[in-house]
Amino acid sequence: MSAIIRVSNVSKIYEGGFTALKDVSLQIREGEILALLGPNGAGKTTLISTICGITLPTSGTIDVGGFDSQKDFRGARSLIGLVPQELTIEPFETVMNTVSFSRGLFGKSHDAAVIEKILRSLSLWDKKDSQIRTLSGGMKRRVLIAKALSHEPRILFLDEPSAGVDVELRKDMWEVVKSLAAEGVTIILTTHYIEEAEEMADRVGVINKGEILLVEEKADLMRKLGQKELQIELQEPVLALPESLASYDLTIEDDGNKLRYAYETTGNRTGITALLADLAAAGMRLKDIETRQSSLEEIFVGLVKEKA
Amino acid sequence: MNWHAIKAIYIFEMARTWRTLAQSIISPVLSTSLYFVVFGAAIGSRIEEVEGVSYGAFIVPGLIMLSLLTQAVSNASFGIYFPKFIGTIYELLSAPVSFLEIVIGYVGAAATKAFIIGMIILGTAGFFVDLRIEHPFVMALFLVLTCISFSLLGFIIGIWAKNFEQLQLVPLLVITPMVFLGGSFYSVAMLPPVWQTVTYFNPVLYLISGFRWSFYEVSDVNVWLSLGFIFIFLFACLGVIWWIFKTGYQIRS
Repeated sequence: MSAIIRVSNVSKIYEGGFTALKDVSLQIREGEILALLGPNGAGKTTLISTICGITLPTSGTIDVGGFDSQKDFRGARSLIGLVPQELTIEPFETVMNTVSFSRGLFGKSHDAAVIEKILRSLSLWDKKDSQIRTLSGGMKRRVLIAKALSHEPRILFLDEPSAGVDVELRKDMWEVVKSLAAEGVTIILTTHYIEEAEEMADRVGVINKGEILLVEEKADLMRKLGQKELQIELQEPVLALPESLASYDLTIEDDGNKLRYAYETTGNRTGITALLADLAAAGMRLKDIETRQSSLEEIFVGLVKEKA
Repeated sequence: MNWHAIKAIYIFEMARTWRTLAQSIISPVLSTSLYFVVFGAAIGSRIEEVEGVSYGAFIVPGLIMLSLLTQAVSNASFGIYFPKFIGTIYELLSAPVSFLEIVIGYVGAAATKAFIIGMIILGTAGFFVDLRIEHPFVMALFLVLTCISFSLLGFIIGIWAKNFEQLQLVPLLVITPMVFLGGSFYSVAMLPPVWQTVTYFNPVLYLISGFRWSFYEVSDVNVWLSLGFIFIFLFACLGVIWWIFKTGYQIRS
């Protein structure tokens, strides 16, 4: 698949001296759903804003569908629809007018059929003549999505789409995203929820402190992120593991009082049942067991260390 | 040129005017009527004529300019400040529109609104005094040029303003005093010599004087000077806007 967006060595240093993006290079493939995962303040929104033209890069270039984002900004921007993170929307306009406005702004002539289709797909048709201020937060987010889709973009950016969104809307939103993806629209979403990336994305990029740490196929990354640990506290300490337990990935800790077992949640078999049976067979008595998963934060730290 | 975008911005901005129609029309009509009652009737009964024009009729061009300038500046400044304030500016910045198209859309709408208000005031004035317009085309030209140039000024203020207070500051502290002291309600000849000299430094004087000339052929300064001045002002505003466009001042980081 060819790249529809090429971000090459982009850095962004804000006026106060804060470096929001450090030499970011990223290729986004046409038709894929890419999730940008990262903690708050990682640079996700800055990266999106820079691609969309809201902020200008300090250095580096961005190519969107063959158009340079600065030299051919019209060509580049007309391919993109952006759903911002905040509910920023003109409160006194009607749904219909604000969506029509967006379409016009992106250089397209009015097309009642297109707008009706978009509004219906987002369950907004009944509200088309309502003033935006009368809508709930979830409905406002739908309007923002409708605005972003009004000019039928080939690329859609969703910045933290699930922030403050109820389950119902999230489900609807993913339906819309999936059908857009089926039509060949490239979708980039940012999130700090692993589950969200897992559910939607084809590829996942991890960004932290303005740096892209990795971009991988979702399946590969989930395997890495899906590691869990089982901590086994023993009644009596052991100095060495008996032969029968040699096949397990076990580590002795705390002067032999604890055993640690790493396993993958994504696999069909975790090996826990067999391990516990073999521990009992070896005559080891358990005091307590505990499972823990590395938090996203720890994974980020791990990734940062790995890259350093 | 992205004409669809210009049209979209223009329609969007005008929609705001129609939404607040009562406020947009009633308030200038009311304030103009009040000026006529206070200045025209109360003061006018003592002044009677200025340079051969009845006092009531004499103040009409000044009154129109007073509303026109304030409205053009406040509409255009609010028009661009509001999206900055609520954050919807992201859409303008991410759209395939040039700064020029944004300016045409916003300034066009603000100027249109100011022009309509100017005409409404002219109509209202017709109820109070006998109006005669000696040079209707020159009058229309002054009206249009003033609407556009002061809407440009308003746009600049809207870009510059960091809060609502700053947004109000220029119209309140600069425009209104300049209009009042620019011969809206009097002829410069009525002032003591020192103040006459001071008044000639007030740019609004040239506007009002030229505009009044188109009505009654009486003016404080030569009409060509007035016309020249308004063009200088127009190009100065365009220059500042061009600079904003080049530097992305207060808009794009």
